[in-house]
Amino acid sequence: MLDNSESYVTEDGRTIGGVVMEMKNITLRFGGVVAIKDISFDIREGEIRAIIGPNGAGKSSMLNVISGFYVPQEGEVLFHGKKRPPMRPYEVARQGIARTFQNIALFEGMSVLDNVMTGRLNYMKTGLFSQALWKGKAEAEETENREVVEKIIDFLEIQHIRKTPVARLPYGLKKRVELARALAAEPKLLLLDEPMAGMNVEEKEDMSRFILDVNDEFGTTIALIEHDMGVVMDLSDRVVVMDYGKKIGDGTPDEVRNNQDVIDAYLGVSHD
Amino acid sequence: MPEQLVFAMEVTLNGLMAGVLYALVALGFVLIYKASGIFNYAQGVLALFAAMTLVGIMQGQVPFSHLINAVFGGHVTHFGWNVPGVVAIALTVAVMVLLAWLVQVLVMKHLVGQEPIILFMATIGLAYFLEGVADLMWGSEIKTLDVGLPQGINLWIDETTFNIFGYGFFIDNLDIVATVIAALLVAGLVAFSQYTKQGRAMRAVADDHQAALSVGISLNFIWVLVWSVAGFVALVAGIVWGTKSGVQFSLSLIALKALPVLMLGGFTSIPGAIVGGLIIGVGEKLFEFAVGPLVGGATENWFAYVLALLFLVFRPQGLFGEKIIERV
Repeated sequence: MLDNSESYVTEDGRTIGGVVMEMKNITLRFGGVVAIKDISFDIREGEIRAIIGPNGAGKSSMLNVISGFYVPQEGEVLFHGKKRPPMRPYEVARQGIARTFQNIALFEGMSVLDNVMTGRLNYMKTGLFSQALWKGKAEAEETENREVVEKIIDFLEIQHIRKTPVARLPYGLKKRVELARALAAEPKLLLLDEPMAGMNVEEKEDMSRFILDVNDEFGTTIALIEHDMGVVMDLSDRVVVMDYGKKIGDGTPDEVRNNQDVIDAYLGVSHD
Repeated sequence: MPEQLVFAMEVTLNGLMAGVLYALVALGFVLIYKASGIFNYAQGVLALFAAMTLVGIMQGQVPFSHLINAVFGGHVTHFGWNVPGVVAIALTVAVMVLLAWLVQVLVMKHLVGQEPIILFMATIGLAYFLEGVADLMWGSEIKTLDVGLPQGINLWIDETTFNIFGYGFFIDNLDIVATVIAALLVAGLVAFSQYTKQGRAMRAVADDHQAALSVGISLNFIWVLVWSVAGFVALVAGIVWGTKSGVQFSLSLIALKALPVLMLGGFTSIPGAIVGGLIIGVGEKLFEFAVGPLVGGATENWFAYVLALLFLVFRPQGLFGEKIIERV
């Protein structure tokens, strides 16, 4: 077992650092329903960490706990080794945790560019009046943020739709815009909730490539939820498997693939 | 130049100025609607409340004096001082911000994620509540408001037009000042919503709450901000209308005139509110001038609404409103 601060180098030559985010004995209940039962796992710097499991396993709930949308009844969330007090989602976002949503949450009335720019809101520091008057530091600041945003737009190959209102875009592109907005915040941890849900094979391949490139190019730590087993196994460094709110497996894709509990959960157990 | 044409010109000018005043009220609606998707029925009452508070502060009235006297049996009504206009306006702005915060904490916060119709109903309740509070706080008698805005006929225009056309136009100084104020206000609001971080955050919140949270926007803060800005616009409208026609209950009814303006301009467009206001202002004055005598006058009472109805039939999103785009 690795120590929390130790780093290692993967087979494809990427360096995985120490633990960024640690979930300790998380339990989340909705009234009588237990969505997450005493789950612990960690996310290391620079890795792609997947959370998988059958429908209703509690994956999205887990992501919502990390991003502050749900507050667990029991357990601790440690970010950079420090215990995180219960926080509002916008406070979590300001700490450098960006996310996308299972059923896309974009600002439909705004252009793609404006949507991605909202990801930079927390980097804008100049005063209200200089921003409104577009003078001095505010102008430099806007230019600076625009450069970051344009770079991300280029990177995700959505230049051609920069000025298009998001509501006009097809599903696959919307997913990409959402990813762009999350990236614009230059997050320390990026959470992707089913980034490939509802996509065709081609779109899935594109998205996989983008996720890998983002991780490679920017060194972004990524935690993602996905249904498609093939995709997950190809993408991720380590996988957490959940079933009925419990953790039934945790390890590299190969370890998880050969875990009997995981096979049972996915294929069912024969009773003979 | 034919006499009729000169008259028509004067009517048009006056119509434009009246239009600016309508636009001023409509702006408050557009702001809140754009930022929170709520049609704020209380906007007119907000203007009334702002104007009453301003008068009350200027005259050194003791707030809730009737209530205090009724409970404790005293006879206090005034502090005995007068507050200068500028200071009183600043204090009223503070009161409006406080009110915005109260609205958010006591009402809107508990309705996050509800249907727009529920939020609309809440603002109706708010309107009646505020109306009562305003009366209880400052008394229900008709008050005059004078913060030093110039009033009366503009002699320079009167003389100039007399020299040119042989007929002096009657243009009220207050209308000219109102136009300048409205122009400044609009320029400020456009700059605010388009270029500032808070403005962008405001538009983001209007679009999608969850997404806004996920990029680090605090919904509470933005809503307090939105209601504060709406309160500020209401104050400006209240000052201008209050100076023009006195501070009284009917001030809150100017909100009704803003409705056709919104239908014309579109609920989501700041320029739309301006152009809509101008069209209604000029339209109803010219219509009264040209058609009024034929039908016995008083067309100003219904012209705006009929025009709005036509727009609803032929262009429901208004002149500048966002077309509703939806992929199926």
